[in-house]
Amino acid sequence: MSASASPSANVGIVIVSHSPDVARGTAEMVRQMVGDEVPLAFCGGNPDGGLGTSVEAILGAIDRAWSEKGVAILVDLGGAETNSEMAIEMQPEERAGRIVVCNAPIVEGAVIAATEASGGASLDIVRRTAEELSPA
Amino acid sequence: MIDYKGRRALIEAMAGAMIAHADELTALDQAIGDGDHGLNMKRGFEAVLADVDGLAAKPIPDALKAIGTTLVMKVGGASGPLYGTLALALAKELPADPSRADLARALKAAIEAVKARGKSEIGQKTMLDVLAPVAAALESGADPVAAAEAAAEATVPMKAIRGRASFLGDRSIGHMDPGARSSALLVAAIAEKLDEIA
Repeated sequence: MSASASPSANVGIVIVSHSPDVARGTAEMVRQMVGDEVPLAFCGGNPDGGLGTSVEAILGAIDRAWSEKGVAILVDLGGAETNSEMAIEMQPEERAGRIVVCNAPIVEGAVIAATEASGGASLDIVRRTAEELSPA
Repeated sequence: MIDYKGRRALIEAMAGAMIAHADELTALDQAIGDGDHGLNMKRGFEAVLADVDGLAAKPIPDALKAIGTTLVMKVGGASGPLYGTLALALAKELPADPSRADLARALKAAIEAVKARGKSEIGQKTMLDVLAPVAAALESGADPVAAAEAAAEATVPMKAIRGRASFLGDRSIGHMDPGARSSALLVAAIAEKLDEIA
């Protein structure tokens, strides 16, 4: 990211997996393929560090990836989605409407969403591009 | 009116039921889910129990709100937001000194909140398939514990439509839903204590 660019110039991406390794590995893949133009955060594992998801960790990841243009969350299985939706509802009102969970495969979705976001696309376009990957 | 001692006993009964049945819930979840329901509920209710003094000191709606938030934060599976939503919705609907009719009405409203949270309906082999008959029993004067037990049993032949179990399709048939079982256990623990207190 160039020194002049605001950290919130692009939509942020959050990756939420049941597995800390999948979350970290997906984020690494995004960084290598897309670079640093996009605020990116990831979390995985339950509050004990085992497989699962943690609302507290998701809240933290949203904070780290926060952008005024919004945040797109990519999730793996059902619990990650439900916990992400809960975390969105717990956000302050001025943020809640600018965070979405994408219905997309986590790895491909994260890379595509980040690629789209790095070009300055709106949250809605980032989401729709990621969701095109899902079978109808 | 349920006093401090009563509220404390209710919280300990709920947490005790989840902790005592953690292995059973996990075994049910290993059959058709991701195998963590018992451990997740145990972790959540251990966190609740750790603050039992503070929780019991609060009026029922405030205690339920705090319990719901703890479950959301600590459970770590889809059951965290689902049970958390149930408790938070009950907190919103219940007066400090609820009657049986208040309980029935609040549970019906909370069931709608859980449906929205889980994007699920009754008949999809979930906790809702226990909670709905319990609300009906509370309303009609029937025994909510018997209703909960029968309803949990009735999830055995159902095919799962929501959650990890739905990936199994027809293979989900023949197993009791773990969320239905944990709901029935919670209903039994609460009802038993309420009978003692009343």
